[in-house]
Amino acid sequence: MRRALWVLAVLLSHWRRHKMQFATLLIGLIAATALWSGVQAINQQARNAYDRAAATFGGVRTAMLVAPNAATFPQELFVKLRRAGWPVSPVLEGRVQVGGHSVRLLGIEPVTLPVDVGNAPRLGAADLGSFVAPPGQALAARETLRDLEVTEGAAPAISSGAKLPPLRVQPQLAPGVLVVDIGVAQRLLSKPDQVSRLLLGKPKGKPAPLASVVGEQLQLIEPNAETELERLTDSFHLNLTAFGLLSFFVGLFIVNSAVGLAFEQRLPMLRTLRACGASARLVNTVLVIELVALALVAGLIGLACGYVIAAALLPDVAASLRGLYGAQIPGQLSLQGEWWLAGIGISVAGALVAAATSLIKAIRMPVLATAQPGAWQQRQRRWLILQSCAACAVFLVALLLLQYGQSLIAGFGVLAALMFGAALILPALLDIILLAGQRLARGPLALWFWADSRQQLSGLSLALMALLLALAVNVGVSTMVETFSRTFLGWLNGRLAADVYVSASDNAQGVAIRNWLKDRSDVRAILSGGRAEAQIQGQPVELLGLPDHALYRERWPLLGTAPRAWTRLVPGNAAFISEQLSRRLNVRIGDVVEVPAPGGSWELDIVGIYADYGNPKGQLTVNVAALIRQFPQTPQTRIGLIVARENIPGLIAALQKQFGLDDRSVADQATVKRESIRIFNRTFAVTSALNAFTLGVAGIALLTSLLTLANSRLPQLAPLWAIGLTRPHLAAIELTKALSVALFTALLAVPLGLLVAWCLIAIVNVKAFGWRLPFHVFTLQLVELVAVALFASLLAALLPMLRLARMQPANLVKVFANER
Amino acid sequence: MLSIRNLSKTFSSAGEPVHVLRGVDLDLKAGERVALTGESGSGKSTLLHLIAGLDAADGGSIRLGDTEVTKLSDAGRASLRRDRIGLVFQQFNLIPSLSVADNLAFQARIAGRHDAAWSKELVERLGLSSLLKRYPEQISGGQQQRVAIGRALATKPSLLLADEPTGNLDEATAEDVLALTRDLVARTGCGFLMVTHSLHLAATLDRHLTLHAGRIS
Repeated sequence: MRRALWVLAVLLSHWRRHKMQFATLLIGLIAATALWSGVQAINQQARNAYDRAAATFGGVRTAMLVAPNAATFPQELFVKLRRAGWPVSPVLEGRVQVGGHSVRLLGIEPVTLPVDVGNAPRLGAADLGSFVAPPGQALAARETLRDLEVTEGAAPAISSGAKLPPLRVQPQLAPGVLVVDIGVAQRLLSKPDQVSRLLLGKPKGKPAPLASVVGEQLQLIEPNAETELERLTDSFHLNLTAFGLLSFFVGLFIVNSAVGLAFEQRLPMLRTLRACGASARLVNTVLVIELVALALVAGLIGLACGYVIAAALLPDVAASLRGLYGAQIPGQLSLQGEWWLAGIGISVAGALVAAATSLIKAIRMPVLATAQPGAWQQRQRRWLILQSCAACAVFLVALLLLQYGQSLIAGFGVLAALMFGAALILPALLDIILLAGQRLARGPLALWFWADSRQQLSGLSLALMALLLALAVNVGVSTMVETFSRTFLGWLNGRLAADVYVSASDNAQGVAIRNWLKDRSDVRAILSGGRAEAQIQGQPVELLGLPDHALYRERWPLLGTAPRAWTRLVPGNAAFISEQLSRRLNVRIGDVVEVPAPGGSWELDIVGIYADYGNPKGQLTVNVAALIRQFPQTPQTRIGLIVARENIPGLIAALQKQFGLDDRSVADQATVKRESIRIFNRTFAVTSALNAFTLGVAGIALLTSLLTLANSRLPQLAPLWAIGLTRPHLAAIELTKALSVALFTALLAVPLGLLVAWCLIAIVNVKAFGWRLPFHVFTLQLVELVAVALFASLLAALLPMLRLARMQPANLVKVFANER
Repeated sequence: MLSIRNLSKTFSSAGEPVHVLRGVDLDLKAGERVALTGESGSGKSTLLHLIAGLDAADGGSIRLGDTEVTKLSDAGRASLRRDRIGLVFQQFNLIPSLSVADNLAFQARIAGRHDAAWSKELVERLGLSSLLKRYPEQISGGQQQRVAIGRALATKPSLLLADEPTGNLDEATAEDVLALTRDLVARTGCGFLMVTHSLHLAATLDRHLTLHAGRIS
């Protein structure tokens, strides 16, 4: 033990003399752990929220009976099934407006609720009485109370004027959900004796067959392991994870570079230790212990940084998930013990992986130093050939995935293989460029400039790979976001055709508003729409009813249409289908889609496909009159108005005054657009932040590589100084070299980034969301990104170069000083 | 050609001053070949570094022709090394990324004094014709040192300074290398000051000086 401590003390003495190298190692580990753990913290927080949503009294993780063609069915079916021995429990679901906020209202019957309904909050015997007996209780998560701006015990009114039962906090519930007794729900939703679904417990014995009890009025839905939200948000979390992983690897590049250099510098020390009698096993064990100890310290600091990053990003992530998928994620971070353990684990594992080659070298190291087996050119050429072969193999994998992969994971696999292959082949490409430069060079300094840059490649390659990856991801994601942004703006202009949007609280108010508007001369047209929900092939589908109006014909964002599409929409037997739904159902123009409607199956010819960005649900657009005929319960509360621009403020003010509408219920087109763009921008705020983080870490990787290289390069630079080049001159050449390889890397990152953007647009987006954007290249943005990369490289190169320019001649003389 | 008067240099070691040179006087004529020996730590290499302007003296003067080296700026000293001094080190200090041919021509080219005929003669006399395309790591120590000598003499300097040029070579190779150096120095007519531990090699030059206790005896 004492011997091991002595060996450890000797090994640690290296770091005392090489503080910058020590800082580099810690920075690498901290950066890797922080970004990875930060992203994982966000993912864990979101998944917990999905679990809570899924556990809300019978989400998709519970078997249930539903009506195949209707949103609700009579309560008497529940009674029949209970009598026949089916352990079912009724649930009624709907939405209510509380203080301008739309919340999901769930009515349950607590006595018959199956014990195995997910991990739903249980009501104890004492609570049961107060929950069921008047006035009852409305259970809600703390976040819901905060959103509604009410306190526990309050009984706020809903938009119809009816009052909710007193609110009680139930922490396990998902945000945005209110749970009441089913009788209360039937009254509040005006659906007496109606049920949305029957939750199914484990039957005791064998009940009568379902069809013999209720005929074909109900169908059994088996539980899913994955919730709808989890399925929809997979791509979002995969995207975050990919960013975290990329930053993690870039961090490990730093660690690898620092450990590799430390190993080379400590070789004589290790040999001396062995020569003094420390066994190979002891030295190697202590090397590993030293590394693990450093990884533990850095891991803890990294976790703290990861927590800060996650806490900073979470509000934007929550906003993105709410905007994109309607998922409710609490804006405050709460983490479990396993996150901390996993963070420490990943730090230690990452350090060991990054140091693997050095540790293997140490294990195989002979006590006596052997001569270098070959010249650096031969070693470098062998290394470049090997890496290039590996890159080709990885590109082949990318091609195979592109050809045969069908899933989202395969899409990300193509991206990962593409980037990994590009990183592997980068040194070979740079070597070719630098060799060309060397061959074209005229003067001696130019010749040395190119030749020495080539020699430096092996030392800088990991940092340059990190820069390439970070920059390519930046180019790819920025191109995708910019493409999306422009397409989204064009799409918004098409979708938001009306000048003013009105949302009535109910049908009666809708009729009153329409009658009032008819008499106003400033209103050019009233466009009444409607929305209904249906299930097609097990997928939730939104039916959007549009009036037949020239404005829609001009602006609706159609991607493809059959002849006379709008005219064929009017009778009610044709529909436009959203791009994502057409892909999910594999439906094209000319196909027929059957929609289960209350009156029976509704057959619709598909006569057009349109863009519907940002909507997680599939959508069918039909004529509004036909929609109301097929779905008589469709709320007729949405009204669009065509109004001259100068009359808009006056009309809105008049509507608000006449019908007591707030800003949420009446808004002009500009406000709705502004709000949509705000949500869009916030959605990509996280991406921008992670982009910046990744580029920052790549900058640190370049800085640490240049700093560590600077120390080992003195023997190469000192002879030039001795021959007659001044230190500032040498520093300027070194700076130009660092910037030129960074420039070449940045220029190579541009086509790679565009390829990444194409993969994101043509593969990942299509598989994740079902829509494909047009591909655009934004030259100015690319120039800006290359400039940012060069600026980051300049910052990274400045410190080592300043040190060289100001270096005391004594340090350079030391290179030649055999004695004094 | 080289005139050193009362040259002193002190280093600090563990906070204590170490007086390495304590008033060194030395004269060297054009074409003269002088060996400098002394115990380890006697200041031989330091003296060479001060003459080459690699380090600054604490006192005294170094005149190379009509130039006072101690009065030169950093850039001036760099220019002096580039144009008028050839340096040969024990560790060869070749540029590993350049071929033998490029290493040989490097200093002459940056000094703007490249003479193709002289370079060709140097290559032939140093026996490097077959090695021109190789890189330093691909040739032996003796060959590397011949390249270093060739690089130093390619500018036809007025003074060639060599710090243990044969320290890394075996005896036979060392003698060959030194014989070559002597011939080439004679061919160029430059002064030659060589630091060495070998009394045998020192005896082959015109003059033999010893540095002891910071002074030349």
